Amino acid sequence: MASLTRTRDGRTRSPWLSGFYWLVIFITFVPIVVMVLYSFNNAPTSRITFVWAGFTTYWYRNLTQVDGLSHAFVTSLEVAVISSVVSIVIGTPLSMALGRYRFWGKGFLSSMVFADIAAPAIVVGAASLSFFLSINLDTGLLTILIAHIAFNVAYVVVVVRARLSGMDSAIEDAARDLGAGPLTTFTRVTLPLLWPALLAAGLLAFAMSIDDYVITSFVAGSTVTFPLFVYGAAKVGLPPQVLCFGTIIFFVGLLLALANGVLNRRHLIARAATEDDAIAVIQQREVEVAPVRV
Amino acid sequence: MTTDAPVLAKPASRRPSWIRRHSPPYWLSLIGGGWMLAFFLIPLVSGLIVSLETGNPLTGYHLTWNWAIYQQLFVHSDIPYTTFFLRSLYYGAATTVLSIVISYPMAYYIAFKVKERWKSPLLFLVLLSFFVSFVIRTDMWAFILSNQGIVITALRDLHLVGKNFHILGTSNAVIGGDVYNNLAFMVLPIYVALERIDGRILEAARDLYSNGRQVFLRVVLPLSRAGIFAGVLLVFITTVGDPVVSSLLGGVGTYTIGQAIQDSYLTNQQFNVAAALSTALMVVLGLIMFIYAKVFGTQNIENLV
Repeated sequence: MASLTRTRDGRTRSPWLSGFYWLVIFITFVPIVVMVLYSFNNAPTSRITFVWAGFTTYWYRNLTQVDGLSHAFVTSLEVAVISSVVSIVIGTPLSMALGRYRFWGKGFLSSMVFADIAAPAIVVGAASLSFFLSINLDTGLLTILIAHIAFNVAYVVVVVRARLSGMDSAIEDAARDLGAGPLTTFTRVTLPLLWPALLAAGLLAFAMSIDDYVITSFVAGSTVTFPLFVYGAAKVGLPPQVLCFGTIIFFVGLLLALANGVLNRRHLIARAATEDDAIAVIQQREVEVAPVRV
Repeated sequence: MTTDAPVLAKPASRRPSWIRRHSPPYWLSLIGGGWMLAFFLIPLVSGLIVSLETGNPLTGYHLTWNWAIYQQLFVHSDIPYTTFFLRSLYYGAATTVLSIVISYPMAYYIAFKVKERWKSPLLFLVLLSFFVSFVIRTDMWAFILSNQGIVITALRDLHLVGKNFHILGTSNAVIGGDVYNNLAFMVLPIYVALERIDGRILEAARDLYSNGRQVFLRVVLPLSRAGIFAGVLLVFITTVGDPVVSSLLGGVGTYTIGQAIQDSYLTNQQFNVAAALSTALMVVLGLIMFIYAKVFGTQNIENLV
């Protein structure tokens, strides 16, 4: 039985499907490649052009040359960091309530989390601005943060709750039976087990926040974030430095995601090591035994 | 409720009170739930209230319960808001259908045709474009597809298209951009649904003499319905309301309801008009999704998102 070389539907590879997959992936890579490539274009213009004039790192060395761009980028970073930290701090207890208890109002809270993710950004943005106007709160950094936390809490809840539901609550019960109070149980048992999920939730919230254009455009007032700056500049042509920032975000995000993946994998391997060993042994046996049986 | 076990019953005084036993979920969800209630749900409702106000940007707006605004905007309006609305719904529908057609084979390929250890990397490649800022990657397409861009120049040099051929500014450009931006939202839920299918069911179907087509149409496709459902939900809603793609890749003829809401709010400061348009959009999307869920629905949408 050659189970190791087989795919799940038990049949040979499909060249059509694999060709199609790689074609689509190739197309989705085109804008990324163009962005990275043209961030190194030596064309002496302050707006990107098609003419390729050789390789240069000039734009990277002059990242802060464009008025307002670096400031917008720093603002975006601040918003992303603060909103993801706050949404983890207030979203994790909410996920524990939803993942570990049955209570009156649970259905309502779950639906609200779902609606927060499903609602179109344009409606949420317009509604948030209406709300801030009606309570006479001036739009600016504070309202951006409030709105970003409001949508990030929902993402945190989805990620952390998924992790909680895969976690055996018997471990927590055991801690409690051994005399640990709720706080000790949480800090010594639940939290260490939740770390990978909190990290993933934080990265997701950070990514959602730093990339949000639509909701921010409504609640920003005169504050400019990175996506708002890019959108404004896109109408007249992007300065090459925008592509540099895009390239930097791309590679930093890629590194973080890969690091997170490696951490998670290590975690999973540690947990599933015994199971995997058992399966590997069985498969090895089958391979060895099969010819004998024939 | 382990404390209820009669044999191990503790003295009544040490048993936590009813409130102590039932309050944890409430204080756990107090801040997070309260935040979402105050800054997500209540604003959604306050949007409706603002739409019923009258006034102008100079003197301010006051609540006059002006329900007639909905009739003014969608029936007797100089600006064809109904057209923008229908156009957005068309873009949403076309994007959704195209996304399914493109995503299904990709998800199927990853779920069934590759070895276990290649699954994560292949899924990761689908997600890779999300690491580029949304506005930048959309504008990169505008850059690539513009009239002096690589694609059109090449097509023109090969005499495959005429001199006046253009891509930007057309509905197809907007739909293409929307499909590109939402592809992963369709691939992921379909993949999750396919991955949940027990391989033995497929073997059973083949043992019962189904050919490949029958296995797919009568076993795999129905079992992945929940994934398609979740994908449709995400892609359709995102696309219908989006103002960015139609603005960067489109032109005069591709003006959408999302752009109308943004312009009337931020450029013209017609708060009541913007709020009315966005409330109408929310209600229409809600209705479409409700009907869709009733017809094709599955119970556990939340599990897939």
